[in-house]
Amino acid sequence: MDAKTFREIFTTFAKVGMLTFGGGYAMLPLLQKDVIEGKGWATEEEVMDYYAISQCQPGMMFVTISSYIGYNRFGTMGAVAATAGVVTPSVVIIMILAAFLREFLTYPLVEQAFAAVRIAAAALVISAVVKLVKKGVKDIPALVLCVVGFLLCAFGVIGVVPLILLSAVDGILLHTPQRRAAKAEEVGK
Amino acid sequence: MSIYLLLFWEFFKIGMFAVGGAMSALPFIYDLAEKYNWYSVADATNMIAISESTPGPITINLASYVGYTVGGFPGSLIASLGVTLPPLILTVCICKFLQKYRKNPVVEDAFYGLRPAIAGMIAAIGLELIDISVLTNAGATVFERISWPSALLFAGLLAVILKFKKHPVLYIAVAAGLGIVFKF
Repeated sequence: MDAKTFREIFTTFAKVGMLTFGGGYAMLPLLQKDVIEGKGWATEEEVMDYYAISQCQPGMMFVTISSYIGYNRFGTMGAVAATAGVVTPSVVIIMILAAFLREFLTYPLVEQAFAAVRIAAAALVISAVVKLVKKGVKDIPALVLCVVGFLLCAFGVIGVVPLILLSAVDGILLHTPQRRAAKAEEVGK
Repeated sequence: MSIYLLLFWEFFKIGMFAVGGAMSALPFIYDLAEKYNWYSVADATNMIAISESTPGPITINLASYVGYTVGGFPGSLIASLGVTLPPLILTVCICKFLQKYRKNPVVEDAFYGLRPAIAGMIAAIGLELIDISVLTNAGATVFERISWPSALLFAGLLAVILKFKKHPVLYIAVAAGLGIVFKF
């Protein structure tokens, strides 16, 4: 990989890291805007798949999601560039705060700004979900899976990993016969 | 052992074993306070508060903060590197393995079921974010807990985000400004 591509991946993910408030899922609106629509480095479906796999493995979702996307188009160095990009703003901001502004959070202006930014982060995540559902949930079984996933997760009925395994099995049970039937029909013609 | 090696090793372990979001890293941070006397438990609480409100991955923020407290700027870099490497290495290994099975139709079917479920899960996370940002008052029911100015800001922002589809940075900046002007 040439230095220019590395820089491009790094800065794109640095922007995502700098503007994400509140966990790996809060990256999604920024990924949609900059990485999926802006650069075309992954599709919406691929990013969903990466979220599913990331849920089931240890480690920070910021790093795992960025690595998957970086690897997807650019291989190992892409994963390194994306990860370095997504963590660098954090490291720099915290260094500055730790070195010079330890009382940072107690300034009223900062507190007020952050309180409102958290509200914006919530609105951005909800809008990202609206986008996902509009694009990805096209039939009744998908809608059922989506609603069940939401309810089980929102009320903490089962853990995330069992939920993901269950929906994968569901996908196989629902879609495999459909696919086979479509294929049989094609062969019949 | 040099303090930098120790920092690297402790955070490498956190990166490897903290399964299930940033919350799982917090006990490690308290453990470190007791194990090494690098900082007090009160310092740990303060570092966690700052790490949760600044942008980016909370675990990285924590690593960077603890690293700085223990070993200045190099400490910050080394702890961050330590906590980042395990998920990066693991993910690259998974990618190499996934490539083989990606085109397998059964795997595709599994992902077909996963995508809507993940969308539902992200919606649940969104609800959690609403909970911590809009339902900020004390009380038992949702109606007692709702902060109406926050709810208004949330609804307004959501409406303009869905309508205009501009870059998220714009909405974050506008929210920060409104937060200061209206003293949220």
